[in-house]
Amino acid sequence: MAIEDDVLVVGGGVAGMTAALAAADEGASVRLVTKKQSTLRHASGLVDVLGYAPDGKLLADPFDALTDLPADHPYALVGAEAIRAGLERFDAVAGELYRGGHTEKNALLPTHGGTVKPTARYPASAAAGLASDDRDALLVGFETLTDFDAPLAAEHLEAAGVPFDARGATVSFPGEPRADAKVTRYAHALDEDADGERGRLAARVARVHDGEPRVGFPAVLGQEHPADVRAALEADLDADVFEVPMGPPSLPGIRLEYAFRAALDDAGVHTVRRPVVDYETDGEGRLSAAVVERNGQHIPHYADSFVLATGGLVGKGLDSDREAVREPVFDCHVPQPEDRYDWFRDEAFGEQPYARFGVDVGDDLRPRDEDGRIEFENLRAAGSVIGGYDFATECSGTGVSLATGDAAGAAAGADTQ
Amino acid sequence: MGTRTEVLVIGGGSTGCGVVRDLARRGVDTTLVEKGTLTNGTTGRMHGLLHSGGRYAVSDQASARECIEENRVLRDIAGHCVEETGGLFVKRPEDDEEYFQEKLQGCRDCDIPAEVLTGAEAREREPYLAKDVEKAIAVPDAAVDPFRLCVANAVDAENHGARVETHAEVTDLLVEGGEIVGAEVTHESGKGPREHGTPGEVEEIYADHVVNAAGAWAGRIGDHADLDVAVRPSKGVMTVMNTRQVDTVVNRCRPKGDADIIVPHETACILGTTDEEVGDPEDYPEEEWEVDLVIDTLSELVPILQEARTLRSFWGVRPLYEPPGTGTQDPTDITRDYFTLDHEERDAVPGMTSIVGGKLTTYRMMAESITDHVCEKLGVSATCDTADAPLPGSERPGDLEAAMERFGLRSPVARRSAQRLGSRTEDVLASCDPNPVVCSCEGVTRAEVRDAIDDSGTDLNAVRIRTRASMGNCQGGRCAHRMAAELHPEHDEATARAALDELWAERWKGQRHALWGEQLSQAMLNRAIHGATMNRDNDPARTDDAVDWDAFDGGRSDAGEGEVGEEGIHGD
Repeated sequence: MAIEDDVLVVGGGVAGMTAALAAADEGASVRLVTKKQSTLRHASGLVDVLGYAPDGKLLADPFDALTDLPADHPYALVGAEAIRAGLERFDAVAGELYRGGHTEKNALLPTHGGTVKPTARYPASAAAGLASDDRDALLVGFETLTDFDAPLAAEHLEAAGVPFDARGATVSFPGEPRADAKVTRYAHALDEDADGERGRLAARVARVHDGEPRVGFPAVLGQEHPADVRAALEADLDADVFEVPMGPPSLPGIRLEYAFRAALDDAGVHTVRRPVVDYETDGEGRLSAAVVERNGQHIPHYADSFVLATGGLVGKGLDSDREAVREPVFDCHVPQPEDRYDWFRDEAFGEQPYARFGVDVGDDLRPRDEDGRIEFENLRAAGSVIGGYDFATECSGTGVSLATGDAAGAAAGADTQ
Repeated sequence: MGTRTEVLVIGGGSTGCGVVRDLARRGVDTTLVEKGTLTNGTTGRMHGLLHSGGRYAVSDQASARECIEENRVLRDIAGHCVEETGGLFVKRPEDDEEYFQEKLQGCRDCDIPAEVLTGAEAREREPYLAKDVEKAIAVPDAAVDPFRLCVANAVDAENHGARVETHAEVTDLLVEGGEIVGAEVTHESGKGPREHGTPGEVEEIYADHVVNAAGAWAGRIGDHADLDVAVRPSKGVMTVMNTRQVDTVVNRCRPKGDADIIVPHETACILGTTDEEVGDPEDYPEEEWEVDLVIDTLSELVPILQEARTLRSFWGVRPLYEPPGTGTQDPTDITRDYFTLDHEERDAVPGMTSIVGGKLTTYRMMAESITDHVCEKLGVSATCDTADAPLPGSERPGDLEAAMERFGLRSPVARRSAQRLGSRTEDVLASCDPNPVVCSCEGVTRAEVRDAIDDSGTDLNAVRIRTRASMGNCQGGRCAHRMAAELHPEHDEATARAALDELWAERWKGQRHALWGEQLSQAMLNRAIHGATMNRDNDPARTDDAVDWDAFDGGRSDAGEGEVGEEGIHGD
């Protein structure tokens, strides 16, 4: 029997999972095809909406700058209400795992580099670390975890002028992990608590703790049971405990992925972990199937409506060689300078054309070809496969995925009614 | 008041480092000044080939003989800087058979061991060689780490009383009564190892003799005393691949041409090169076509290069020189030989000798000859021992296995560390416990990074060339900030941040030339980690705008001050 659904979503990151949930909410039967692990585990786990205006101004309220965005920015296309709808969906998925939904203001969070960054939603595990909170903080690093140097991060926070005293200390992690242990090893040890790691860690921290009302750790405080780990440390230290978000692999990102997967299960979305290698059309401008590879066989997955949410350059939703940048799944047009030496500028940060690469969509989120015509009537795009914005500099990554994912998924679901 | 030294050597490339070592070992009080890090100019921008001499066996047999002789010397005295890869001169169907035979005969004439392999035999050694490669000549080419080599020379010089100053630029020559008597040196950040944020200072260094070993910059040094040192800088591109597609040096067996060599190097392969004369050794175009040319042309020898991931490209400038009146048009025709220009003999300006031309493989021999020349001027009779005395790190080759046993590092990490450190492994690795990995792409541990910092101050690029940290697939995305963190607390936060920014800029510079495929994805991931997760691009600590902290989310109102267990969920 042929595989056939109302909506087929390609891509398993925040945008794809959000689109699948939105489509399912419309009553559609939904299948999600994803190639491999999502890039959530590369990201900090913070949910940014918009941290900086186009002129580089730090935004206390992301909604203040929406009208300043260029016309082809995904937010300009979908509008403020789509952003709010995306956030609402996120809050429903994340539940008590996340904070920040009580206000439209951005929060400022300390990062593992010691700087602060604006974000709209943050893990509950990071909540006690807010940089606008004026309680003094002790940051604790582990000798063997080179990604987070707590004393340096504390000095960096002070250089940023945070309204509290920050102090850093380094302790050895109980059990002396191997010199090149992965960060998940720390999380598992605290989850299992087999040799009393939670208590032993608290005892080591207590020796350097000088009564600061909050204590920050690298974001490795448990993968399965983070709230238990934190509660145990808080009880022993008599202080609030928070996690400082880190680079990949990110435990908060992995935890968030689990929350989304649970929501997908509840919504009855089928998830398939295989690559899409080809597609079929009806010959009249509509997609009829995405062809999925399974054990060397090519299996068409039919649907009425499709969502492309394969990610950007990091997630390999965009592919390139020396000649060109491409969208490899449905071969949608990706605007780009012809000469690859115009893809970049000489400064490491700042304006970089490559950072804005992606498919070109209209306000209906349908990808357009180079002449501005709709590629496929029943295909919409969501998340960082869409071009026209630089999530890294403007701090907008997850927000765009939520807003466009929700809008594309809802429209795809509604189409099939 | 200036400082005094017997000999001032200008330039911290292989030639300068070789000369300062030789002079110091002969008991001459010597100072070396280098305007950047050691190997900052040409030496650090080569493909790392230790010539067997095979390359010159047809065109320049004198050079070929020197190469094979020094190749053997360096395996002996600098074992921890050399990887004995072997080399192949490979013939494709369109390459000239007569030249192949000339190459073979040339090698034999020059005492270079050479063995003819059939195409099948060559592919047995290097399975990715093109199927239509007809045959090959196997020669004892090797890979050499020019950074480690120069650092070892400089360290040995210091151990024998020399002074080595990096980030010390010669800003003028001191001329008195028509004689060069020293140089004005501007220290970027005071004397000694570089410290970010330390104010610069100017020092006049008086010397009995000055050796101008500034390579492609030798003409600039000459200009300070109106001496015409007509170096002809010629640029060449090198492209770094992310893995070793070949484990043997692969040369194209044809008379000459661009893009004809692949050198396996540590975890990577380096493709080279082009040869284009440029006007200015510091300001020349780095062009897309050069990168494309090396990939496309070398893919004829090793087809998978066409699809492989490149990490970055860099350019070097050769310090080519030819005596006045030769009039060679094409830089590829200019000799790779070196010239000693005694300005007293040549220009009637005593006090300085310039060294131009030459190549890394024969740096020690060049240094010996220059040192002989200088010693004769100074009346020093000590003889050269640099061909026999091992460089620091290569004294006890057996230490490698022992060190791997002793430091419970997982074996690949320990092996890499021990190969880099040679006989210093035990001392360095024992200095830090625990000793976590800082750079996971290259398996570089905290002990090595701290050892390099002890040596070179806050200059993370100097740390990079000593350790290879940040030189792997991620190009520093995962480890640059970890390297900077090792500067703290000896150095303050602002210093660590400035050092990180400088390393980051340098890592980006080469990656720009590899922005497609995997490396473009990596660039975006690096941008996400450093720009978004760490927000380094908009870091409030570096912007002048004060943050209005109260305007931001202050946390949920029910999370009261000092309240423990704020969310009350247990178990996810």
